[in-house]
Amino acid sequence: MSSKTTDRLATLYFWASGIVIILILAWFMIRILGEGIPHLSWHFIFGKPEEIKAGGGVGPQLFNSFYVLILSLVISIPIGVCAGIYLSIYAQKNWFTDLVRISVEALSSVPSIVFGLFGFLLFANLLGLKFSILGGAATVALLNLPVMVRVTEEAIRTVPESYWEASLALGSTQWQAIRKVLLPAALPNLITGITLIAGRALGESAILIYTAGLSVSRFFPDFNPLKMGETLSVHLWYVGAEALVPDAKAIAQGSAALLLIVVLIFNMLVAIPSRILQKRLSGGK
Amino acid sequence: MRWVFVGSAALVSAIIFSIIVFVGMQGLKTFQGVSPLEFFFSTDWTPGQQKFGAFPFLYSTLMLTLVAVVLSVPLALSGAMFMAKIAPKWMREILRPATDLFVGIPSVVYGLIGLTVIVPALGKLTGGIGYGILPAAIILAIMILPTILSISEDAIRSLPVRLEEASLALGATRWQTMWRVLLPAARPGILTAIILGMGRAIGETMAVFMVIGNSPQMPKSLLDSTTVLTTAIVKDMGNTSYGSTWNNALYMMALLLLIISLVLILVIRIVAKRSEVK
Repeated sequence: MSSKTTDRLATLYFWASGIVIILILAWFMIRILGEGIPHLSWHFIFGKPEEIKAGGGVGPQLFNSFYVLILSLVISIPIGVCAGIYLSIYAQKNWFTDLVRISVEALSSVPSIVFGLFGFLLFANLLGLKFSILGGAATVALLNLPVMVRVTEEAIRTVPESYWEASLALGSTQWQAIRKVLLPAALPNLITGITLIAGRALGESAILIYTAGLSVSRFFPDFNPLKMGETLSVHLWYVGAEALVPDAKAIAQGSAALLLIVVLIFNMLVAIPSRILQKRLSGGK
Repeated sequence: MRWVFVGSAALVSAIIFSIIVFVGMQGLKTFQGVSPLEFFFSTDWTPGQQKFGAFPFLYSTLMLTLVAVVLSVPLALSGAMFMAKIAPKWMREILRPATDLFVGIPSVVYGLIGLTVIVPALGKLTGGIGYGILPAAIILAIMILPTILSISEDAIRSLPVRLEEASLALGATRWQTMWRVLLPAARPGILTAIILGMGRAIGETMAVFMVIGNSPQMPKSLLDSTTVLTTAIVKDMGNTSYGSTWNNALYMMALLLLIISLVLILVIRIVAKRSEVK
């Protein structure tokens, strides 16, 4: 075979592999949405679940998913942003900075089930939170934290050095320059990062089984963060693997479609607001 | 204000240390009830009779990760090469969001696909139950594909253009250039990509739980029900009481997972250092 023929065959092969990757994803989407969407109804999305009978909804689980997500962001954003600011502005080349960098890297590689056990040990056991939404959210915050630090550091690094120097030259303190100049300029990238983190946290389940628990409050909506709170992805695992209800398969398929739709929405949200903000801040059309 | 930033940074370090210490202390208590020799090398896991041999879990974890990586790497690397060097712009604009979306799909949803599609298909194909390492590896291969693909693509893209130009100028075809020049030159980056993919495969819990069968035994084949470290923890955690040897053994498994992922991070650092020296 001449080298030209081989080259053509190789090109063909690479195109095929690219197309296969897209086909796998398309097939996933069609499969999940196609089988799940028929189960989605007002009653399913907002109704209460059933233990034994068919026809239960996932309302409380959906609510808990967002509740855990928001609490976890409330915990992880301030710490993550501050640590990111430290790394991008104050950090000098010394052992402490190295230590922080290695910690961020190590933290982002911890398997989520290990976070789950740690959360069970620290929040549920030692701090006496039992299985609770707060304990689950605090543990998910640990998962979000390293990503938040990285996102912040990168977002601030992309702000031109001249902004920082100009602000200081005008007599602002470092804190004023961070708050009034750097953070607003880094905001579009920060929001993109937070949206990505949110999508990941919404799908997280291994962490939450032994920190937020497997059952939901009898009241809905229940804002008490000390109650147990099963989230939608945990519920999907539970009905997929162990549940007793006769319509478990339908609930699993419906929940999967619902989760996927939420994740899709988040993925689109990443694109839209950051683009609008960028346009507004840069003054372009 | 400065100290708030320093404090937050210190807190991040404190968290990873306390995870290591807490999980480590709890895990090492296992050896009050069972000898390390038995824990690591016995294949008998019968907690009811105080038999805690975790070897099958270790073995299956290793097997599962290997099979998943072997399944994933060829397609991921081809995809990376395609994205970096061949695909026209419109194709890249489809592929990139597609791979991002792969990352965004929750692992339980992957698990459900495995449970409802791959397990029955394999069962029909082989006449068995269809649960085991193979369906889990297929699911994991798809899950780690975007990780390996995007990091390898960056590695290939960041190679100096002169390598490619020199090779083409010498009369090599595009395929020869990619296979003989670009791929070897991007090796450190590709290695990093594969290690990160491995890390993700080792730590994945829920998707694997749904398709691996969950019997605590050595798998006789790739289609035999077994248990890996992560799923053993999920499966047994609810049945154990805090402080028992059984419970501690689960923390020991978590400690092993933690150590493996930290070692992988170290390997990546070493790979990065060595490629810098060159």
